[in-house]
Amino acid sequence: MDNTTIIAAASIVTAGITMGAGVLGPAMGQGRAVASALTSLAQQPDAAPTITRTLFVGLAMIESMAIYCFVVSMILLFANPFWNHVIAAVASK
Amino acid sequence: MRLSTDQLVLWQHGFVKLNATIVTTWALMVVMVVGAKLTTRSLATDVTISRWQCALEILVAGIAKQITDVGLAAPRRYIAFLGTLFLFIATANLFTILPGYEPPTGSLSTTTALALCVFVAVPLFGIGQRGWRGYLNSYLQPTVIMLPFNIISELSRTLALAVRLFGNMMSGTMILGILLTVTPLIFPVAMSALGLLTGMVQAYIFTILATVYIAAATGSRDS
Repeated sequence: MDNTTIIAAASIVTAGITMGAGVLGPAMGQGRAVASALTSLAQQPDAAPTITRTLFVGLAMIESMAIYCFVVSMILLFANPFWNHVIAAVASK
Repeated sequence: MRLSTDQLVLWQHGFVKLNATIVTTWALMVVMVVGAKLTTRSLATDVTISRWQCALEILVAGIAKQITDVGLAAPRRYIAFLGTLFLFIATANLFTILPGYEPPTGSLSTTTALALCVFVAVPLFGIGQRGWRGYLNSYLQPTVIMLPFNIISELSRTLALAVRLFGNMMSGTMILGILLTVTPLIFPVAMSALGLLTGMVQAYIFTILATVYIAAATGSRDS
């Protein structure tokens, strides 16, 4: 395999692993957060506005971890600096 | 594949570039400013008010109530900044309902600019409320050892603000593009509705997080 193929294969495989492994944690975190928010909503319906607001902000915080992974995998797939470097090196030959 | 609207250059002269992000942002600003001017031209304190005035009053009162709920006691001081943030992001995300429109919030430049505004505004409000000494002292809480971590958190949360909004809006457009090639019939419509909801939630979260940061800097959460 030449360098170009290795970089392409490594980028694609890493993008897949990044999404898969990176979403695992936030998914479990969000599940737990929603579950405990629902429990507290059932116990104290009066505090619904506060709980909902805190839940949304917390979910956004957790979700941003998954979003970071998504951005990294998108960079690997569509704006890969190593790939661009190899292409530029080939083009200048 | 285009990752953001920055790469769509409409006009270029030397190093001055005019890309789709700038054009869309200015168009949104024109729409919002002209809309607000037209509405506030004939304000009334009567029993019957115009529909648009009523809508704007609901918006302003709602934003002020959310700011108060987070812990800033005098929302009038902060509503100009926080309300502008919310209205701009919400409008930018809401217009995705129009075909052919790409939200400027789906470009990292716009979201970085917004996050930098928050980054600058937080110390300004903090110093205005507590004075230099009081604000700088907040970096030494709870102990002096926490100083580097407080500074790092200041920087990393700015990065997080920018990347969160960018990632969410960019992923919405990206998912639509991918779905159009896989299942072009009905499913993209459902995802587009979900994208609208995500846009509203992200606008709300951006504003609430900025409010929380300002509330922490002004020390109004301690009292």
